[in-house]
This record gives sequence, C-alpha cells and structure tokens, in this order.
Amino acid sequence: MSRTALLACGGGLIAAALYPLLFGGSNYAVNLGFLVLFAAFLGQSWNIAGGFAGQMSFGHAVFFGTGAYASTILHVSHGWNPWLAWPVAIAAGAAVGAGIGTLSFRAGLRGSYFALVTLAFAEAFRILANSVPFTRGGLGMLIKSDPHPANLQFRDPIWFYYLALVLCVLSLALAWWLTRSRFGARLAAIRENEDAARALGINTFREKVRVLALSGALCAAGGTLYAQKYLYIDPSIAFGVDKSIEMLLVSMIGGAGTIFGPLIGAGVLHFVSEVTRELGGALPAIKNAQPLALIVYGVILVIIVGYLPDGSMGLFRRRRALPQGQGHA
Amino acid sequence: MLEVHDLTKRFGGLTAVDGASLEVPQGAIVALIGPNGAGKTTLFATIAGFHKPDGGRVLFRGEDITGLPPDRICARGMVRTFQNTQPFAKLSVLENIMVGAWLRTDDRHACQQRATEIARRVGLSDRLDDMASELTVAGCKRLELARALATEPRLLLLDEVMAGLNPTEIAGIVDVVRAIRAGGVTILLIEHVMQAVMSLAEDVFVLNDGRIIAHGPPAAIASDRGVMEAYLGRGAAERLLGDTAHA
Ligand SMILES: Nc1ncnc2c1ncn2[C@@H]1O[C@H](COP(=O)(O)OP(=O)(O)O)[C@@H](O)[C@H]1O
Ligand SMILES: [Mg+2]
Repeated sequence: MSRTALLACGGGLIAAALYPLLFGGSNYAVNLGFLVLFAAFLGQSWNIAGGFAGQMSFGHAVFFGTGAYASTILHVSHGWNPWLAWPVAIAAGAAVGAGIGTLSFRAGLRGSYFALVTLAFAEAFRILANSVPFTRGGLGMLIKSDPHPANLQFRDPIWFYYLALVLCVLSLALAWWLTRSRFGARLAAIRENEDAARALGINTFREKVRVLALSGALCAAGGTLYAQKYLYIDPSIAFGVDKSIEMLLVSMIGGAGTIFGPLIGAGVLHFVSEVTRELGGALPAIKNAQPLALIVYGVILVIIVGYLPDGSMGLFRRRRALPQGQGHA
Repeated sequence: MLEVHDLTKRFGGLTAVDGASLEVPQGAIVALIGPNGAGKTTLFATIAGFHKPDGGRVLFRGEDITGLPPDRICARGMVRTFQNTQPFAKLSVLENIMVGAWLRTDDRHACQQRATEIARRVGLSDRLDDMASELTVAGCKRLELARALATEPRLLLLDEVMAGLNPTEIAGIVDVVRAIRAGGVTILLIEHVMQAVMSLAEDVFVLNDGRIIAHGPPAAIASDRGVMEAYLGRGAAERLLGDTAHA
C-alpha cells in the first residue's frame, strides 16, 4: 500500500473511532453510524463472492438468516452464551455457503442462473423457518433483554457501533488481502474468464465453493450481530429478499469488486434514506418514506449501471481502465 | 512426452475428432495443420481436458491423463492457449501473467518477479500496467503465450498464436517460440502460417475431418502441392501456398 493510502486509511479509522464522541454520543448519530457500518459489512460479505469472484447472488439473506437463527436458537433454546454461539453461527454460514456452492457449481450454474438459485434457497429457508418448530415459526424468536457485555448485549448503542466498526475493518482487511493474494488472483481470474482460469491450473469449482463459504461465514456473523442488537428475529427479517437486495445494492452502487465499494455504497444508501425521510416529513402527502427511498435508490442504480459500470469507485480507478480515447484530459 | 491414441470426440452427430493419434517427443516442436473445421482446436481441447473424449487415450509423460480436468493437467505440466484469445480483460497484463505464475508459488513477490521475467521474454515488458482489454491482436496472442508459460509447463499447446499477425509480428513470435523450446519446453502447435511451420517444426501432423491423414517432416508435407490440394481441399491449399504472398 502506498504511503498516502496508508495515511488515508489511518485517518479514516481514527475519524470512525471518534465519530460517536463528536456527536456527544447522540443516539441518532450513533445508530446511523452503526447502520452504515453494518450495511457496509454485509455488503462486503456479498462483494467477496459477487464482486471479487463474480458469483453474484440474489439470496445472501440465506446466510444472514442462518447466522441469526443459529446463534439465537443456541442462545434462547439451549442456553448458550451468545459469544460462544457466534462462532458456531459463522461456521453454519460457511457450511450453508459451501453447500449451496457445491450444489449449484456442480450443476454448472453461472450468472443469472446462479443468482436465481441463491434467491430460491433464501426463500426456501424463509418458508422452512416459518414452518419448523425449533424456529418458533412465524412468531419469531425473542431474545431476553439482559444488557451486559458478557451477554453480547449493550445498554449503550455505542458499543454496537464499535463492534460493527471492528467487523467492518476486518472485512476491509479481508478485501484488501483479496487484491494481493493468490486466492484473490484466482477469484479475479474466475470472474473474468472461467475457461482461461481452468486452462491456467485453477480448480474453479473448488475456489468458487470456498469463496461462497467465506462470504456466507461473514454474512452469518452479521446475522448474529443483528439478532443481538434488535433482540428479535422472524423468518422475513432473517431471510427476506430485501436483505439480499440491500447487500447487493450497497456493493453495486459503491463498486463491486473494489475494497471500499460497499462502504461507500452503504454511505450513499443511508444518506439517501435519511434525506428522503426528511422529505417525507416535510411533505405530509408522502406518509411513508420507504417507497420514495426505493425510487431514489432505483434511479441511482440506473445511473450507476448506465454510466459507471464499476460503481462510484470507478471514478477513482486508474484512468487507463477507461476505454481508449477517453483517458486523456 | 505426449502420446495420443485413437482419440475421438463427438458433438451430437458430428464427429469432430475421429480416432486421431499423434506423438510429441520430448524437446521437439511438432506442428498440427489442417483446414478450418478439421478438428484441430477440438483435438487440443480434448487433450488438455476441456472435453471428455468419447474414445481413445492421452498419455502425458507416460501417465494416462485421459479425462482429467484441465486444471489437473495444467498442474502436471501441460497447458494450452486459446485460438480465440481469452484475456482476463479487466486485469492488467502483469496481473494476467501472474494468474499463471501463482500456480507454482504462493509468494506474491516471487510471482510478480516471475511474471515480469516472462513478460520480458514474450516482449510485453512495456505493457505491464495496461489493461488486457487494451491490447492489440498481436498483444493478446503474446499474452496468451505469456500466461501459459507462467505455469511453467513441460508441454505447451499453442493454438494459432500467429493468426492475424503481420510478418514482423510473426517473425517476433517465431523467435519467442524458438527461445521457449531452447528453454526446455516441448511444443505442439496448430498453425496456418506455413512459413512458421516450416522454420519451426521438425514434425508435422495433418488433420482433416477429424482424422490424421499425413505425418512427416515439414518439407515432405509442404513440397507436395498435389498432396496439399487433395488432403486439405482447395481453400486451405490456397491459403497455405499463398501464405508467402500475404503473410
Ligand atoms: N463445442 C462445440 N460444439 C459443437 N460443435 C463444435 C464445438 N467445437 C467445435 N465444433 C465443431 O467441430 C468441428 C471442428 O472444429 P474445430 O476443432 O474448431 O476445427 P479447427 O480448429 O480445425 O478449425 C467444426 O465443425 C466445429 O463446428
Ligand atoms: Mg481452430
């Protein structure tokens, strides 16, 4: 990493660490910060498979929900400490990723077929969670409020903010490692051209299963954190399509396959969300800001896909990545 | 080095490779020629594990590799290039070559050094940071070669690496191929540029309609115009004989 990049990262980290203090620990600011970091983390989990390896999924909620339910079931029904249940939930996410990967890549699914199959898995898990007894079906699962660091519950939301910050930084480090390591180079090769990758000695099936397991593990970690923060999950919260779409959107808007894409995308998304909420408040005709926010997201996405295929990170990319003739100014 | 026995590959009703046999001795440059649609690329792809053969056997360094997947075959030291070049378009030239080099090392520094060294050998040194998508046809062909070479093969299968190049570029690639062989790599190449075949190969196999119909030193194969016409059909004979004129 260059000196300036290192300084920028260090500066960003310090700013993120000081951010809640700057706002005097206001709950609004801290929660907004949490939401951005949390969305960036989930987006990065998607990005690792969808961006770096080109295996775009529409159903990442399957991993999120697996993590949320795994730790919550262990905690609520079996009395596990959430800190201990967390790694099990992460392993469960990895296992589901490896399982879905094995099935779909064995069947040779690529592109939109793979995306649709992941969506189908997420829906199947949602329906399953609605019907089996150990998830308590559509009632959902309540975690008894007992704020104590040892219970992975905090009275002050600032601690969730810092937890999300740690996860986010770890996921950024992982993404950075992918830009430098052999594993990452293999993923990029698979994304760009699978036949050429195979010709050059890459076991594309194995690498794709691995990356989906890694992505699933990360996403499941987010699921547990969500459950511990909001103390309630149900099948549509855990496995809902909107979760999958948000992860994908955050990554695509910021720049799929880039280190900071999901973080930027998460910032943009929540900025838009807040602005439309304000607008919604100012215009009483718009009772519910949600549809408006979705419309704005949609427009942004169209603009990004149409004009910045590499996401907003594409703006900062090397110039020579532009088609010839546009590179000179 | 390589022995192919009665290899057959069918696509539905079409028998693209029909009981083809050939042999490539260690250290040699052997050419595979034949008209368009003869099945040369399919034969390469089947040897290299991209197609499951419908019959026959492939022996590489004395071991049966029939039906192994391409990555395992590559790991054993046989690598193919693609006639329709398949660059990793959004990666730089250096990153493209590094993908090949990562096969033999997991150290980034060593990988980068090796890739840089190979880029020098194929004449891509001044394009290292360019996107692969920006390369010319000649550049893409060199990149195919470089990536394959980076996997440290014992046997290199080159599928028309000179097609579409001008005479200067062809001369450049011919020198590169010669240097590769001098470095101890055995080469089997598909080529339409007869001049290159003549100057490089010590042995030529002629494929037509999926069958090997002739085999011998290049002079014997190329000097006989009648054989050319008969075996390769008018179009190919024209191309081969007119080669000096346009290439
Ligand atoms: N994947 C494929 N599916 C069906 N037919 C194919 C496929 N690949 C090649 N063929 C057919 O096999 C024949 C041989 O093609 P090819 O091996 O590319 O010939 P060459 O390389 O000698 O020009 C052609 O008739 C071609 O159309
Ligand atoms: Mg061909």
